[in-house]
Amino acid sequence: MSSEPAIATEGLGKRYRLGIRPTAYRTLRDTLAERLRRVGHGVPAETVWALRDVSLEVRPGEAIGVIGPNGAGKTTLLKILSRITEPTEGVARVAGRVGSLLEVGTGFHPELTGRENVFLNGAILGMRRAEIAHKFDAIVEFAGVEQFVDTPVKRYSSGMYVRLAFAVAAHLDTEILLVDEVLSVGDFAFQRRSLGKMQEQTAAEGRTVLFVSHNLGSVKVLTERCIWLERGRVREIGPTEEVFRNYVASYGGESGSGFVDLSDLTRGRASTPLAQEVSFETLELLDPTGTATGAHLEGEPITVRLRVRAHTGIRRTRLQLVCRLATADGAVLFSAASGPRLVDLEPGLYETAFTIDPNPLSAGGYVVWLYAVTMSDVAADRGQDLLRSAARLTVEDNRSAAGDDDGYTWKEKGLIRVDYPWNPLRAASERVDTPLTTLG
Amino acid sequence: MSESTVQVIRPSQGWVGFRFGELWRYRELLFFLAWRNVLIRYKQTVLGFAWAVLQPLLLMVVMTLFFGSFARRAGVPGPIFYYAGLVPWTFFANAVSQASNSLVGNANLLSKVYFPRLTAPIAAVLAALVDFAAAFAVLVVMMLAYGIAPRPAAVAVVPGLLLLALATALGLGLWLSALNVSYRDVQYVVPFLIQIGLFASLFASNIHREPWRTLLGLNPLAGVVEGFRWALVGSGNGFSRMAGISVAVSALLLLSGAVYFRRVERTFADVV
Repeated sequence: MSSEPAIATEGLGKRYRLGIRPTAYRTLRDTLAERLRRVGHGVPAETVWALRDVSLEVRPGEAIGVIGPNGAGKTTLLKILSRITEPTEGVARVAGRVGSLLEVGTGFHPELTGRENVFLNGAILGMRRAEIAHKFDAIVEFAGVEQFVDTPVKRYSSGMYVRLAFAVAAHLDTEILLVDEVLSVGDFAFQRRSLGKMQEQTAAEGRTVLFVSHNLGSVKVLTERCIWLERGRVREIGPTEEVFRNYVASYGGESGSGFVDLSDLTRGRASTPLAQEVSFETLELLDPTGTATGAHLEGEPITVRLRVRAHTGIRRTRLQLVCRLATADGAVLFSAASGPRLVDLEPGLYETAFTIDPNPLSAGGYVVWLYAVTMSDVAADRGQDLLRSAARLTVEDNRSAAGDDDGYTWKEKGLIRVDYPWNPLRAASERVDTPLTTLG
Repeated sequence: MSESTVQVIRPSQGWVGFRFGELWRYRELLFFLAWRNVLIRYKQTVLGFAWAVLQPLLLMVVMTLFFGSFARRAGVPGPIFYYAGLVPWTFFANAVSQASNSLVGNANLLSKVYFPRLTAPIAAVLAALVDFAAAFAVLVVMMLAYGIAPRPAAVAVVPGLLLLALATALGLGLWLSALNVSYRDVQYVVPFLIQIGLFASLFASNIHREPWRTLLGLNPLAGVVEGFRWALVGSGNGFSRMAGISVAVSALLLLSGAVYFRRVERTFADVV
């Protein structure tokens, strides 16, 4: 294999005429009317650059991810590289056979049988007939639809349909594979298997993969390097971890920076005179690299670091710090309490932290409450400093990385994820052994 | 990985060629698309593939009932006179209507996968050949029943005429499918064209006055229908006068269709 890049682009750009995309089709009358209008007023059609100035190189055998918000040009890039649509400017060089998966089951026809669809879909994806015939059994077995190969796919359950479509895709072995979001539909456990299969081939056969996804987790599993597109332009290219952090941090803007200044005592807090003695100063939410951010990844530990100011000397006082985590609509998920500790504090700044690890939070938005209470060792409650909604944080979908393999997203399971092992099923007697209670 | 496999993707400028080589590399897909068209055509119909034969047969009955006199004048039994013309005509009509819908009907494919776009209309025309074969077999049976022997020349003439019908259907199909991507008006024009074409092709031989007769020769299908009748059931006096014009028109249609198709092809995925 030469050292030539597998994919290289220079100043790649794609311009769409506004109006072409959204409306399904035009009639001759529309075009004539528009032409006349333009001749009359000299108004050029409105255009938009879906992709602009994209220059990148992908080495052979490399798996590279493409991330970015909706409309960033990810799919457009893939469509240009797979030659579905032409660029408006720039050039791309692609070395090797290209397979593109913009969706699974392209060309599947409901009236055709599983067998017929495998051949048709395979041919559409660019496989040779002999190649499909050779892999046919493996594909059907992978999909687990052996008994139904000669049944029209319209009689399949939606799960079977997607599995079969996936199975064909997973057996595509071109030198270059362009994958778009296909892993975001259907049965999750099966997607993981397909992802695994693709990864296996990437590693073993030195296949180049360009992988577009909203699911940051699978991008992370599959790729070492990552391209971040934004409004059609490359914002960053680099190691996945790094691009990821910046990406998440950038889109965490909404959920806050992860650093909150709490020193303003007049800011919405329910405080008693305690606040005159001890009060919260700052709150930081740290990701595993120690960076303060409001956006965290599912399954990754979150460190909550608090700074507390003692305004006066505090003698022999029991201080308890509580951090509560609540959903955006106010349901408290848990309280992490320090436990009342006997403290002697000189006036000054103090720091403490705890780590949410394991992190059971599913993807979503959360609110952090802070609560400090003191009790003198002799008397009762001396007061509190309470901040509702001291900070906000979001947890981003990261399910593949979390190794969650049972086909549910955490959302479906509930707000938090638990892992209670079940005993294996074992034979039980038909007789109910429970002694009957005699009443009366 | 050899240098020759490097694909350069850039905005195309001007004429880009037909890329016959690429079309050839995708011949298996062409086959699969044609095969799919054949398979799904009569799915979930009671009569299934019988429709391929029933369509021309029913038209034959209607024409024999209403226009039997034309056939008598040609000295051939009405049913076989009309059926011999309807076999190539039905092929042509099916091929054109399916080809014109081949891109829009596969819109999902166009926007999700790359393949030479020419494959779609070609596959549609090829699929119509299967129906033709069935209808032709029935024609042979009818000829046996009526005791009509084809002219010896039929061996060469019939394939030639079929090729002419195929080229015409493809040429028209290329134009209409490409136009259909941008202008769905085509969907309303095609059935109308086919209705007119039916009369302009099947009854062309009944018009003897010039310049109408030469003008009708501009419709290659009139020549094809006339030729089928002449070669197989022995009616009429051949098609030589119209043949030249028909071939020229067909070739022009095919070439211009292919050029137009290739020119607008680059925007199909964006527009469809």
